[in-house]
Amino acid sequence: MSTLVKESIDDYNQYPDSKGHFGQYGGIFVAETLMGPLRELREAYEKYRKDPDFWAEYDFDLKHFVGRPSPLFFATRLTQKIGGAQIWLKREDLNHTGAHKINNAIGQALLAKRMGKTRIIAETGAGMHGVASATVAARLGLECIVYMGAEDIKRQEANVYRMRLLGAEVVAVHSGSKTLKDALNEAMRDWVTNIDNTYYIIGTVAGPHPYPAMVRDFQTIIGRECRAQILEQAGRLPDVLVACVGGGSNAIGLFHDFLNDPQTAMYGVEGAGDGIETGRHAAPLAAGSPGVLHGNRTYLMSDKAGQIIEPFCISAGLDYPGVGPEHAWLKETGRVQYKTITDTEAVAAFHDLTRIEGIIPALESAHAVAYAQKLARDMDENKIIVVNLSGRGDKDMHTVAAREGMEI
Amino acid sequence: MSLLRSCFERLATEDKKALIPFVTAGDPQPDFTVELMHEMVEAGANIIELGVPFSDPMADGPVIQAADERALSHDVSLEDVLSMVALFRQQDTQTPVVLMGYLNPIEMMGYARFTQRAAEVGVDGVLVLDMPPEEAGELAPMLEASQIDLIYLIAPTTDRERIRLISKNASGFLYYVSLKGVTGANTLDLDAVAQKLVEIRAISDLPVGVGFGIKDGVSAQAVARIADAVVVGSALVNQIAMSEHDHQQIKSSIKAILSEMRSMMDMSSEHAA
Repeated sequence: MSTLVKESIDDYNQYPDSKGHFGQYGGIFVAETLMGPLRELREAYEKYRKDPDFWAEYDFDLKHFVGRPSPLFFATRLTQKIGGAQIWLKREDLNHTGAHKINNAIGQALLAKRMGKTRIIAETGAGMHGVASATVAARLGLECIVYMGAEDIKRQEANVYRMRLLGAEVVAVHSGSKTLKDALNEAMRDWVTNIDNTYYIIGTVAGPHPYPAMVRDFQTIIGRECRAQILEQAGRLPDVLVACVGGGSNAIGLFHDFLNDPQTAMYGVEGAGDGIETGRHAAPLAAGSPGVLHGNRTYLMSDKAGQIIEPFCISAGLDYPGVGPEHAWLKETGRVQYKTITDTEAVAAFHDLTRIEGIIPALESAHAVAYAQKLARDMDENKIIVVNLSGRGDKDMHTVAAREGMEI
Repeated sequence: MSLLRSCFERLATEDKKALIPFVTAGDPQPDFTVELMHEMVEAGANIIELGVPFSDPMADGPVIQAADERALSHDVSLEDVLSMVALFRQQDTQTPVVLMGYLNPIEMMGYARFTQRAAEVGVDGVLVLDMPPEEAGELAPMLEASQIDLIYLIAPTTDRERIRLISKNASGFLYYVSLKGVTGANTLDLDAVAQKLVEIRAISDLPVGVGFGIKDGVSAQAVARIADAVVVGSALVNQIAMSEHDHQQIKSSIKAILSEMRSMMDMSSEHAA
């Protein structure tokens, strides 16, 4: 609420402050019932983030269970077709379970185990974070409950089945709009009721402190690998990074290690749905305003009375009315530019990458590919764009087919 | 002196405890709320807690969320809730009114405008569920300057250090939520509540209300023996849910619950005296 003071930032690693604030964003906006559990989590995370054994276990699982490092791939045929800057892809789609979500799920599940929690809960929209959480729960022998909006359950039957195969209980949420935000509300309620044995794995860089910082820390592996890989393969840092932004975890994961490098520009791409001007979109940064939801102050899609508006986007993973508070702050500091891509543009990019490179991207990631293509056209051939290919598109087959009048 | 404070002081001299009903403003219809508020005062309520409907009531259970959804189906806004309080005040200038809700509607209205309007219409206290004292740095002084009490929750998981922080920042009364979990949850452990109240009273002089899990005369009486105020929400909202289209029925069933609570609570204090 305070008037914005443009701060000059020397080191982006110094944020958030001890109360979880990124400038005026972030913080801890929860009921008193959650303050105790959040402090317990903060203290545990503070302890284990300094523990080399904890990170050794995390690194081991990322290597042997997830299959990291994920490749950095020069998309030569797509680059030729566009005829501009080089387009490189950070292949998070090749991770076990098919997306970047597993990086965070492993980190938090290892933390849960060290905290002595035997039951993990998670919210999910499209199901990718739910699948990642159910996967690590199976691996670590933890009970797992996934909250999912009743509408999303209908749209994502295959992922629901995957979670159940993995031994998770999938709970349908019938309140509110029956989608991701309502699943998050319900998971929070479960957590306050069962705090003694339960750990809540939030899937993105949103929620109350310490979640935005902690989830970021578990996703920055993407950018750290990318830096080493591009230096090795191209001999220099990239000129541009592009990633899609729903809650914003894959984008923060790619961006964070480069924030202190002024030569690297960054673009976060939100879902414009049918177009910003139609109101049917999922772009709080581009078209929303600051407010408070789900434990933090950030950009939100809310009406003038302060009620949350249901977002609209072909990609369920971008269908969230808020965004991680660090993105709100990076927007206001100007360090990252936030742009939008419509459903139509994303589907076109989905086809392009599939046909030209033999890589079927998640519809979320297709938003980033679409924006990278726009940028590349107007840039020199010696410039380098890295796109975070955050997930694979297997889960989106029926969505794209249905849009094109086919039933599969 | 704030209406809340004088209300608690008066009750103390009468050796009585405060009965605080909660309903969501605009549930089931916006034009019914003020009528219901008067009815509740007549049935023995000392303070009215009015819920400001929100699309994402994270700290509430399914009963209150459904109430919010019913109210929002009529587009009930924070402005509308303030107008209801203004209308209530045309006939009742004595019963304190506390608004309970979430921060985003207040943020969208703007802190300054909200404070000014709340003071104008006669709001006595505000409880913002998702605004702990650490995040109240801007709103708290504005409310204080307008003599509107800022009420905070204390939970079973709130330790001594936080009780100190909260009581330093709170005014009006403290609201102890006697269960882990969300509003409308079931069981009530009286011994544990009594123990926590001793801890709270050792730190703060503010009156302490207890809510969550109180649903009838017996539980109200039991809580009145150990607390300064009894808050009842979901039990009343359930009545609204059951008779959504019958205002007479809602009034009579809510009146029956509150009257029973009132008489059993007063019995309790006579007995204790």
